[in-house]
Amino acid sequence: MNKKLSPKETLLMFWAFFKIGAFTLGGGFAMIPLMKVEMVDKQKWIKEEEFLDIIAVTQSAPGAVAINSSIYIGYRLAGLLGAVIATLGTVLPSFLIILLVVMFYADMKSNKYVERAFKGIYPAIVVLILAAAINLWKAAFRDKTGIAIAVIALFALIVLDIHPILVILISGLAGIVLERARAEQGGDEK
Amino acid sequence: MIYLMLFWAFFKVGAFSFGGGYAMIPLIEKEIIDIHHWLPMQEFLDILAISQMTPGPIAINSATFVGYKVAGFWGSVMATLGVTAPSFLVILILALLILKYRHLPLLDAFFKGVRPAVIALIVQAAYSVGRSSFSGVKDVILALAVFVGLYKLKMNPLIIIALSAAAGIIMY
Repeated sequence: MNKKLSPKETLLMFWAFFKIGAFTLGGGFAMIPLMKVEMVDKQKWIKEEEFLDIIAVTQSAPGAVAINSSIYIGYRLAGLLGAVIATLGTVLPSFLIILLVVMFYADMKSNKYVERAFKGIYPAIVVLILAAAINLWKAAFRDKTGIAIAVIALFALIVLDIHPILVILISGLAGIVLERARAEQGGDEK
Repeated sequence: MIYLMLFWAFFKVGAFSFGGGYAMIPLIEKEIIDIHHWLPMQEFLDILAISQMTPGPIAINSATFVGYKVAGFWGSVMATLGVTAPSFLVILILALLILKYRHLPLLDAFFKGVRPAVIALIVQAAYSVGRSSFSGVKDVILALAVFVGLYKLKMNPLIIIALSAAAGIIMY
């Protein structure tokens, strides 16, 4: 069943998503390490396996992955109101910062400092995202078939340029087929 | 009614973009430039550049920005609501179904197959950011420093991002 948060925990959840929204720089996937630290490691609201499932689901739905996963996790933790609160948390920092930028027309595009800050941020984000993949590694693999799926999926994504949704669907079907095969093997042994 | 038009334009953007923020850019361009002529092309390109430089999803940033340019504060609210609304509907339905049927062996087996692929997705995300952001020794040094900060010093990723922004300003 859904775990329901107390009002105080719900406030804490809003703040966690606000931080995630404020520090997601350089694309939606940059929020994965942040979200993992807040939701899985710190608050222990979501287990690693479920976190992976949530990424798969939110990546397959239309819209921004960061927003989608806020809605899902918010709903999972505190129902409909939780979904609204989590989404507000993620959206508000963006919204406020953009409003400030347009109102004062801060010329960020040609700002040398912003450009240089990003040169520092991007390599950091690469390491943070990779670290998230390493941390979630154990939760993702039960046996060698898992490693095979990951390697094939990576090849499909990077070399063959196959759409992520297709990769998710096919690997899910592979999971079902493998489970069937496993069950049949188990039957033979008896 | 400009507010409703903004809401609907960004609702369509939110509903038809699969695969994250960058997939949205052509859709936003079609709505804003081709259909409604709300902004000149150059300004649209500026908005995209700024949306990538500010925190948060590009979709939200550009919706807020375009909404404000077209119809002021309430325009930005309506555009942001519009781009978020489809996600809200779709994800709530998915969450409802998944949380209800998660115990089914079929769905369980499906997700067991999906999880390794998600690791591949995350690695690919790192690869695509890394491909365009590693060009010299400084980048490698910074990445190593982040690695040490994360694993040896157990620093919070938020602090690491703030520090690496500062390091970028000093180093480059």
